[in-house]
Amino acid sequence: MTADQIWAPASAEEIESALLRFLTGKTKVAVTADQDIFRSGLVSSMFAMQLVVHLEDSYGIAIIGPDLTLDNFRTVKAMAGLVLRLLDESDTSADA
Amino acid sequence: MDSVDTVHRLAIVGAGVMGTNIAALALGHGVPVVLVDVSESVLASARQTVAQKLRHAQMMGTLPGCPHGELTTSVSVHDVAGATSVIEAVTEVAETKAKVLAAVSAVVRPGTVLISNTSCIPIDEMAAWTVRGEELVGVHFMNPSYLIKMVEVIRGPRTSERTMEKVTGLLTALGRESLVIRDSPGFVINRLLHPMINSAAMLVQEGVASAEVVDGLLEGCLGHATGPLRTADLIGLDNLVDSLNVLYERRGDESCRPCELLLTRVREGNLGRKTGRGFFDYRQIAS
Repeated sequence: MTADQIWAPASAEEIESALLRFLTGKTKVAVTADQDIFRSGLVSSMFAMQLVVHLEDSYGIAIIGPDLTLDNFRTVKAMAGLVLRLLDESDTSADA
Repeated sequence: MDSVDTVHRLAIVGAGVMGTNIAALALGHGVPVVLVDVSESVLASARQTVAQKLRHAQMMGTLPGCPHGELTTSVSVHDVAGATSVIEAVTEVAETKAKVLAAVSAVVRPGTVLISNTSCIPIDEMAAWTVRGEELVGVHFMNPSYLIKMVEVIRGPRTSERTMEKVTGLLTALGRESLVIRDSPGFVINRLLHPMINSAAMLVQEGVASAEVVDGLLEGCLGHATGPLRTADLIGLDNLVDSLNVLYERRGDESCRPCELLLTRVREGNLGRKTGRGFFDYRQIAS
């Protein structure tokens, strides 16, 4: 497997599906992509860092600075959007 | 007349859950920290834990946005000598705290604030272990320290007004709000909370209800943000048993004698969140 294949580009749908499976597995509850998982009480703030580490490990991204804010992790849609943007920025800097 | 220190240099003895919590809080508010523990491997792990807690604090928006303070780690208590305040955050065992406070108070210069993060041991009892008892004050930080603004401050009978001014200055610099109480075993929070948690564990032990149901009732019916048994897991069941023993020894209250279920969990090594399992399993379920 080459370095390019390890972090192969993923679509928003693929990332959302993977995240929904992850969250459902952790919470034992069916989660929807638009659901605010913190405001709904599904998970506590202590779980927030587990999400950060999960996304960083799963997609080879670093979530730092202004991106490290709870609002980016409230919904599966928001998290997928963050991952896609960071992957895209990483590709852009690699091509430069 | 000398002025209250406005440049804070904090030393913390004990790199466990609370030591790393308080370190992250201080560093995130721009205060340099010397973190002391007996073990190099514990300190290495503590650095990573502190870094993660700082990230968590940033994520939750609870940091002021200033540059972080610098973290230094050490296995030598002599490295607390330059601190303006020293926080003792070692295990809740009187003999251990006595050794640490005696060693620290012999090293620091007069005027250094000594703070104990003890859960239950009266400050006056601890003051006898120090060189200058008037410089000892209790500050009961919560967990996570960087997310919960309020702290319980315990003024011992010997604690001087000057010490109170200085500790207030430090807590303000750390962005904490404080309520001050008089000295008493368990203070306010743990004298109320620990017997309640012990009773909750007894209900599970007696088969009255499962841990999920006990917590669910307190959360759903009484609006508690976190039920007593999940709180116990957060405190650490070993720490909880130590604190209950301290309370029981000093108050003789039977509700403070640790129940068999708690003792069994500790013997089995199921200490709560820090080992992944206590009354609840944190390895599989989001928490």
